[in-house]
Amino acid sequence: MKNHSITTDIISQHGLTQEEYKKILDVLGREPNMLELGIFSVMWSEHCSYKSSKVHLRNFPTTGKYVLQGPGENAGIVDIGDGLAVAFKMESHNHPSYIEPYQGAATGVGGILRDIFTMGARPIASLNSLRFGSFEHPKTKYLLSGVVSGIAGYGNCVGVPTVGGEVYFHESYNGNCLVNAMTVGIMKTSKIFKGIATGVGNPVMYVGSKTGRDGIHGATMASDVFGEGGEERRPTVQVGDPFTEKLLLEACLEVFKTDYIVGIQDMGAAGLTSSSVEMASRGNTGIDIDVSNVPRREEGMTPYEVMLSESQERMLMVVKKGCEDKVKEIFHKWDLEAVAVGMVTDSGLLRIAERDEIVAMIPVKFLTDKAPVYKRALKMPDWQDTVQSLNLKDIPEPVEKMEVEKMRSLEDEKKNSTSQPLNLSTSDILLKLLSSPNIASKEWIYRQYDHMVRTDTVVLPGSDAAVVRIKGTQKALAMTADCNSRYCYLDPWTGGAIAVAEAARNLVCSGAKPIALTDCLNFGNPERPEIMWQFEQSILGMTEACKRFDIPVISGNVSLYNETSGASIYPTPTVGMVGLIENVGQHVTQWFKTEGDVIILLGDTKEELGGSEYLKIMHKLDKGKPPHLDLNAEKRVQEACLEAIQDGIIKSAHDCSEGGIAVALAECCISSSYDPIGAEITLPGLGTDLKSVPSVRTDALLFGESQSRIVVSIAREDVARFMSIADQFGIPAIVIGKVGGERLRINGIIDSSLDELKAAWTGSLEKLLKG
Amino acid sequence: MKFGIIVFPGSNCDHDCYHAAKHIFGQHAEYIWHKDTNLNGYDCIILPGGFSYGDYLRTGAIARFSPVMNDVIMFAKRGGLVIGICNGFQILAEAGLLPGVLMRNRDLRFICKAVHIKVENNETVFTSAYKKGEVLSMPIAHADGNYFADAETVKRLEDNNQIIFRYVNANGQMTEDANPNGSINNIAAIINEKGNVFGTMPHPERACESILGGEDGRGVFEGILSQMSNVKAQMPKN
Repeated sequence: MKNHSITTDIISQHGLTQEEYKKILDVLGREPNMLELGIFSVMWSEHCSYKSSKVHLRNFPTTGKYVLQGPGENAGIVDIGDGLAVAFKMESHNHPSYIEPYQGAATGVGGILRDIFTMGARPIASLNSLRFGSFEHPKTKYLLSGVVSGIAGYGNCVGVPTVGGEVYFHESYNGNCLVNAMTVGIMKTSKIFKGIATGVGNPVMYVGSKTGRDGIHGATMASDVFGEGGEERRPTVQVGDPFTEKLLLEACLEVFKTDYIVGIQDMGAAGLTSSSVEMASRGNTGIDIDVSNVPRREEGMTPYEVMLSESQERMLMVVKKGCEDKVKEIFHKWDLEAVAVGMVTDSGLLRIAERDEIVAMIPVKFLTDKAPVYKRALKMPDWQDTVQSLNLKDIPEPVEKMEVEKMRSLEDEKKNSTSQPLNLSTSDILLKLLSSPNIASKEWIYRQYDHMVRTDTVVLPGSDAAVVRIKGTQKALAMTADCNSRYCYLDPWTGGAIAVAEAARNLVCSGAKPIALTDCLNFGNPERPEIMWQFEQSILGMTEACKRFDIPVISGNVSLYNETSGASIYPTPTVGMVGLIENVGQHVTQWFKTEGDVIILLGDTKEELGGSEYLKIMHKLDKGKPPHLDLNAEKRVQEACLEAIQDGIIKSAHDCSEGGIAVALAECCISSSYDPIGAEITLPGLGTDLKSVPSVRTDALLFGESQSRIVVSIAREDVARFMSIADQFGIPAIVIGKVGGERLRINGIIDSSLDELKAAWTGSLEKLLKG
Repeated sequence: MKFGIIVFPGSNCDHDCYHAAKHIFGQHAEYIWHKDTNLNGYDCIILPGGFSYGDYLRTGAIARFSPVMNDVIMFAKRGGLVIGICNGFQILAEAGLLPGVLMRNRDLRFICKAVHIKVENNETVFTSAYKKGEVLSMPIAHADGNYFADAETVKRLEDNNQIIFRYVNANGQMTEDANPNGSINNIAAIINEKGNVFGTMPHPERACESILGGEDGRGVFEGILSQMSNVKAQMPKN
């Protein structure tokens, strides 16, 4: 093996610390050559090794009655009965998307699709969770537009519907957007494939696109913070080819029908290196690869470049010996290459050759089990108490419309507008919230995604969760992605627990029983104890909620170092959750259906404004404690709602989240693709005379984000039956009004026409983008 | 009757068309690989939506050279029924089986949503189940649906009643707002002069089941089924 002297500079360019390099010397018992150093650097990168997160991830419950595959594979799998299983996972593509939004997001979609179909599942739906900086930031529109086009360009072409997700804007993402992509696939329980290399002498085959020089060291980049000039890293972003992906998908599903395949894995981050190493590691075997056999796009590529390339749309397969030609035939039908590049061995070594010369030799387990594991320092940030402190007395309350007009005329007289804190009426505030980017309709985005292809999307984007039926059965799957990162910033434990609770609530509102979740944990630099504290706390909160609701974590992804020039993103542990609807006919949507139906609020409303969208939009504050979450109460509310849905008496169900009950009610009126429908609401504890309001402030009642609340509508004759269900579960349920009319009226203090509400909510995002 | 659904590399509505023909309408349906060249025995050929050849170069521009296309042209010349939906329409236009081209949408973005369309001509095999002037709701999902042809061609299409669907608003009015992609004269679907080759940007196969939000697409299949015996009699034997 030729050796180049490995300098301190080279080590740090590979994203390794001096201590980690010493460890390499220790385990290897010699100096690595450049290729070996490259292999260690990607395998020991945060992205591949989970070295900072591993000790915390162990907290998650990962098993359960229905779990067929937990974390550690390309995707998790749950059994849904009838011989069918669902595979799903979420993964981040944050760093590449910030550098090159279109390709970054597109290849994020491509990667997660491959993670799903490599398990033997046909992808049936994709979702995404996106975070961008504030709309005032000069890059936000460019990033939003590019990311959405990238997701659309890739997902639409492959023909997997993008059915749901979430999009938030906040200044903490100004220098570091988040692009988390999730895919759900369906398979027979008898046909599950894994990324494992077994059977000494079995050939290792390379299928898909040729290897180029793109994306070399992407995994290392994803494990680093950005400074100024992050854009210069553009060559580390891969370029996607969704057409090849589609061919690869169909070819793989065709080859899976045979019994030629032993194991298969996507070449994702760290390409040929991580796929071969992980497959051998799971199989307790070794792998020999001759890089000279790897199909290439470019002349003169070195073994280093071939092994570390992150060219897209490639798979590594271990094939039963003697079946190579049959496998080739299937791939050739789809105009794809399939080439034997190596062999499974019993050496326990990753052995890379270039024709006759061995160019790297590393025990596989050194790269996986011996990778560093850090128990990094944790420290609650000094500012945590400060941001949590919020005295509602300092927050001026909204006033009635008449008083607003009075105040405005006074202002005009005085020509002094600085002293008035909040001269908007509650109706105005509702319109302002509805048009704010985090609450406004995301139609401008999802209209660009083909969300109907495969003709299974029963509930399109725009309700609490998407519902996708499974042809040939009565079943359907509901799916959602959720996280409120402001809550996580203010209190990461509660924020993490709420992310799980809200995702489950969204599924329940659609009529589904939550069955499992995947996560994408987006945080700042783990070497900072404050970030690690946020990470730990979020996981503990999520864990508690998962255990209480009996929802296992079956797959996930960690994305650290999400910060630019020392400014970290808000902690964002995104939860992707899937629920099962046994009878697709029983799915429910969020919008009101019929005049005269009775509107009922489940759950308690407390005086809580901490972390609310209202506080942010109207008072420019990210402060206070997030709403309290009582996991037992949450569980009962969800169980009661699901029972009533399965009883067939719920016409609509909508979770109360950002913007509180006022926004939830407005959405119930206007979010349907059919004609909007009004509602007449009387919230108890809120008179028409504001001065008579008892303990809970008007703004907290209307816009506070108390958890565990669901707005349902029910036919009048079913109310008694519903109340007895609520009673049985011991949850508060109060009749707050009835469906009908052309306006949304709440206690006479909110009185808006449906046209007004719809105008504020629907076109807002597009206006902001054009403005 | 027997539907053949052509699978080009990159077709992705092939399964949906198959499902509609086979499971919703209970007909025989088979996939036809784009390298196969035998269309004997089929009554209706569907070119499904998707991104054949990744839409590289230009939508439909590469697919038209697929081996099966010669046979589709022959099949059409013999009077066989051919439907191109979305990408299938683009391929038919590239292959010269239908006039005009489908350009990038007016706002250059992909659009997926249900739109209103008006039945302009119900005296065709594909629309006989509808009423003339009926307003339907059907999904579109495309980035290149902006139909264009030169003035003379458009005039011929208009004069010959070859415009089958037009984008309209809910009240059936042909307005600029109701035109999602900038198509000339709000054209959403056309037919060839002979009346056996039909190209539509809206997806009828996505609007055949109430659970998916609407059934206005059923008419296309129902029209074909009800008129099939008639057409069959006129078709030359292979």
